[in-house]
Amino acid sequence: MNLNALYLQTPLRGVSNFLFRHNKVLLMVLLGPPLLWFVVIYLGSLLALLWQGFYSFDDFSMTILPKLTFDNYIKIFAHANFDIILRTLAMACAVTFASALIAFPIAYYMAVYASKAEKGFFYIGVMLPMWASYIVKAYSWTVILAKGGIVYWVLSKLGLVALLEALLSMPYVGGSTLSTSHLGRFIVFTYIWLPFMILPIQAAIERVPQNLMQASQDLGANVSQSFCYVLLPLAFPGIVAGSIFTFSLTLGDYIIPTLIGPAGLFIGNFVYVQQGAAGNIPLAAAFTVVPIALIAIYLLIAKRFGAFDAL
Amino acid sequence: MHSESQKSWLLKTGAWLGLAFLHFPIVVIAMYAFNTETSSFSFPLQGFTLEWFAKTLAREDVRSAAWLSTKVAAQATGLAMILGTMASAALYRASFFGKETITLLFILPIALPGIVTGIALLSAYKLAGIESGIFTIVTGHATFCIVVVYNNVIARFRRTSSSMLEASMDLGADGFQTFRYVVLPNIATALLAGGMLAFALSFDEIIVTTFTAGSERTLPIWLLNQLSKPRDTPITNVVALMVMLITTLPIFGAYYLTKDTDSVAGAGK
Repeated sequence: MNLNALYLQTPLRGVSNFLFRHNKVLLMVLLGPPLLWFVVIYLGSLLALLWQGFYSFDDFSMTILPKLTFDNYIKIFAHANFDIILRTLAMACAVTFASALIAFPIAYYMAVYASKAEKGFFYIGVMLPMWASYIVKAYSWTVILAKGGIVYWVLSKLGLVALLEALLSMPYVGGSTLSTSHLGRFIVFTYIWLPFMILPIQAAIERVPQNLMQASQDLGANVSQSFCYVLLPLAFPGIVAGSIFTFSLTLGDYIIPTLIGPAGLFIGNFVYVQQGAAGNIPLAAAFTVVPIALIAIYLLIAKRFGAFDAL
Repeated sequence: MHSESQKSWLLKTGAWLGLAFLHFPIVVIAMYAFNTETSSFSFPLQGFTLEWFAKTLAREDVRSAAWLSTKVAAQATGLAMILGTMASAALYRASFFGKETITLLFILPIALPGIVTGIALLSAYKLAGIESGIFTIVTGHATFCIVVVYNNVIARFRRTSSSMLEASMDLGADGFQTFRYVVLPNIATALLAGGMLAFALSFDEIIVTTFTAGSERTLPIWLLNQLSKPRDTPITNVVALMVMLITTLPIFGAYYLTKDTDSVAGAGK
């Protein structure tokens, strides 16, 4: 008996041969632990959360009672709470629109005009701010927008402080200072989620064959016509794919609304306050259904625009 | 032709301005960490000093928060690397009923807002009577780190030809040897890139962490507490710069490790 034959009989080899022959068992062994993790910890928690939305909360004793009720879900539509939803939704839409507007030229330049080295530089240049610490970026903006900070300094050098004051006195846009205004909050949100918009658009434009644009111009379209009627419709799924991130991330955020902007809760803040200070987990749980439902609706719309093929 | 080149010049300026906008707050944090002023954010800066770096490193609360964040990120990354690799190895060639649902389930923790994940975990812990601590933080982090590793590794698996595995088996290697000497070297850089990104993601995470941390304080939570109570601004500035560096260095590493392949790591967070 040679050494090889001896080796062939080790128990480890037996296990490995068994797994090789039984593909389904191998699949279960590999997929089992991660799937179990997700089903038990993640899905389990989500279901526990939705279930707790039906529990009642006693305002006097501040305790949660396992008595089932629809009250929490009905409270979502109370006037004050509905305002919170509208405020958050309006911001999410505005941020999505602005990100698409700023991201498109960057993505277009990356995909069509940039040389190979330049493209690599842009790629890193977009990914770096995307991965850079969220809380530090938000903090940095409180520094930038602070009274006496960089923005105020630049505007005073340009003699534009009066213009800013006028802007800040407008309803829905303004606030007492830049860092406590809707405008300031909008700028920070747009900044933070912008990189998530650039890369999907860039990928979508890159998939548009260059000769389509040439064909369109051969057939007599000018540059803006071939942009509007050829490139934009083909790149649109990329914009929708990016907008999923900007929309969903703005909808669920609660740190930026606490740090920058005027008083007035966002969905995330409401949930945080209810579970934290008030201890009313049932109402907080019911309220988390709002962003989940809004995102589900958004995803359905996005799917119709072919955004999932562009992801 | 004149207007054409003018337009592309305009586009180029717009693109570079956009890139500058993205980096502006990062530069600001780097500048203010060396500022001599102690209480406000006035601009232009007052002077240059390294004093605050020494003072920050001597702070007990900063050090313990940084150590906790490091421990959490290391454990969450380790778990994510194991579970993410298993999931991608199972799914890259398999096709069965329900596969799409499983893939969707893996993506869910980063597709749904962090606040949903956070409060879901919190309410589940409370129902199960689990005390908050480092264990609850790691569990939450690992859940959304798995998909980062999964995405990177499965992209590499799809590129790896299965005939290599068959060749290895034909030459007498068993499954474990094939994994050790053929599969692992093949996926190593993608796995490492995914691990680095997962580490950065976990180190910086705040939204889920505020729900699962209980009384524990990770570095981002320490930072957030400083912001609502504006005291020792210079220390905060230095910590902000350090967190910024820890979260951005992995993206360079991941890019370097995967730049020669067709799927560069880090395009999605």
